[in-house]
Amino acid sequence: MINFEYARATDIVDAVRQMAADPTAKFIAGGTNLIDLMKEDVERPSRLIDISRLPLKTVEETTTGGVQIGALVPNSDLAYHPMIERRYPLLASAILAGASQQLRNMASTAGNLLQRTRCAYFYDTATPCNKREPGSGCSAITGLNRGHAILGTSEACIATHPSDMCVALAALDAKVHVAGPAGARLIAFSNFHRLPGATPQRDTNLEPNEIVTAVELPPQGFAANYSYLKIRDRLSYAFALVSVAAALELEGGTIKTARLALGGVAHKPWRDTAVESAMRGRSADADTFAQAAEQLLRDAKGYAHNAFKIELARRAVVRALTQAAQGRPQSQSNKAIG
Amino acid sequence: MAQASSPARQVQNKISTPAKMTVTLYVNGVARKLDVAPWTTLLDLLRDHLGLTGTKKGCDHGQCGACTVLLDGRRINSCLTLAVMKDGTHVTTIEGLAKDGALHPLQQAFIDHDAFQCGYCTPGQICSAAGLIAEGKAKSADEIRELMSGNICRCGAYPNILAAIQQAMGQS
Repeated sequence: MINFEYARATDIVDAVRQMAADPTAKFIAGGTNLIDLMKEDVERPSRLIDISRLPLKTVEETTTGGVQIGALVPNSDLAYHPMIERRYPLLASAILAGASQQLRNMASTAGNLLQRTRCAYFYDTATPCNKREPGSGCSAITGLNRGHAILGTSEACIATHPSDMCVALAALDAKVHVAGPAGARLIAFSNFHRLPGATPQRDTNLEPNEIVTAVELPPQGFAANYSYLKIRDRLSYAFALVSVAAALELEGGTIKTARLALGGVAHKPWRDTAVESAMRGRSADADTFAQAAEQLLRDAKGYAHNAFKIELARRAVVRALTQAAQGRPQSQSNKAIG
Repeated sequence: MAQASSPARQVQNKISTPAKMTVTLYVNGVARKLDVAPWTTLLDLLRDHLGLTGTKKGCDHGQCGACTVLLDGRRINSCLTLAVMKDGTHVTTIEGLAKDGALHPLQQAFIDHDAFQCGYCTPGQICSAAGLIAEGKAKSADEIRELMSGNICRCGAYPNILAAIQQAMGQS
């Protein structure tokens, strides 16, 4: 870890001002990803601006019936918040599927959104990586790519976004509140993270001096019919090979609304509203789920070691939708997949 | 970028040792005022500045849990925590769990169940289990296993660790 300067922000305006004054500075909140990347020399900020004491730690109902989550709410507090457990259990479940309790106690809501990929080449400063060093090349495309993306990849990057929480936020149609020198704005979750394209160094559409202040959930939480199913190499404390956030609104056996997002397969949580629309009005049965899975993975492309993810994702989609339809969400402690 | 390449900026970048900062941490109930560099982790502060070597450095990347301590009662990875950010907090390490010469129930339970072999992960396991019990979320064996998954034991003492935690939970 290189030496750096440290300063605390007194409020959001001060945080933005300090960041604008030093283009090589970074915000720090939980630090669980940033400190790790600094120890690996992947991140080399000249200055850390500590935002961890800003008053962004509340979970509150909005006037429109949704819920606003402060950017600094720790992941564990969010997962165990009574309102989130009751109204948005898909989000609670996805959070508890990721990391460890120690890390969830430290990691912030906004930090979860802004964590970087765990691609081994991104971490290994001895190898080319377009995300770490634009223009240097992608080592994963021709390297060991078992954990890498199968959807939305580019010739520049096949990294995945590692978050579980974000997969649920995508399915729930969350919005991201940000503040910057030009004032505050709202970003739809589907437009927050980016596909790699030719600029994989940019993970999100956040502008350089902007800061995330909150994540907002719309009123509909799909608490009756949901499941977060995460498939990984060991039963706990591992990143997803494939994960599925499934949520259904049912009328009898008919699908009124469907939400489907995949983790571990792309540079951002993968959602396709055309697939969800096609499920509307159809029977919540195996045929419908299989067709949705087929359609969601229609453009998937496997590389040398990760082609297995395509069929794995199809089957995980069907299983998660089945669990959701039956009102039997995947447990994150009993690992048997029902 | 004009700013980044200005002479003042270049001089600033050559400063390799930014000023130390004074922080006060309440470690195992005792106020400790220390001057620390911004990049000093809580783990290094405990071990190198305070000589509290019970907290272990395993992976130093938040993957093994050997560095687990309680910060204001919550379990965290001290290796990924900057000490300067935790001014004014209360830290409990393995050295602070025993009270009045009596072992903490978890320490006694780990002995009773032979819940270790080499012992390197044990301080982190015990601090993590203390955090787990305080959280009150784990009831079943499955839930204990899941919520202890941030603590790796390469000797594989997991069944005995689980039994020790269940014993201590029964007492709390």
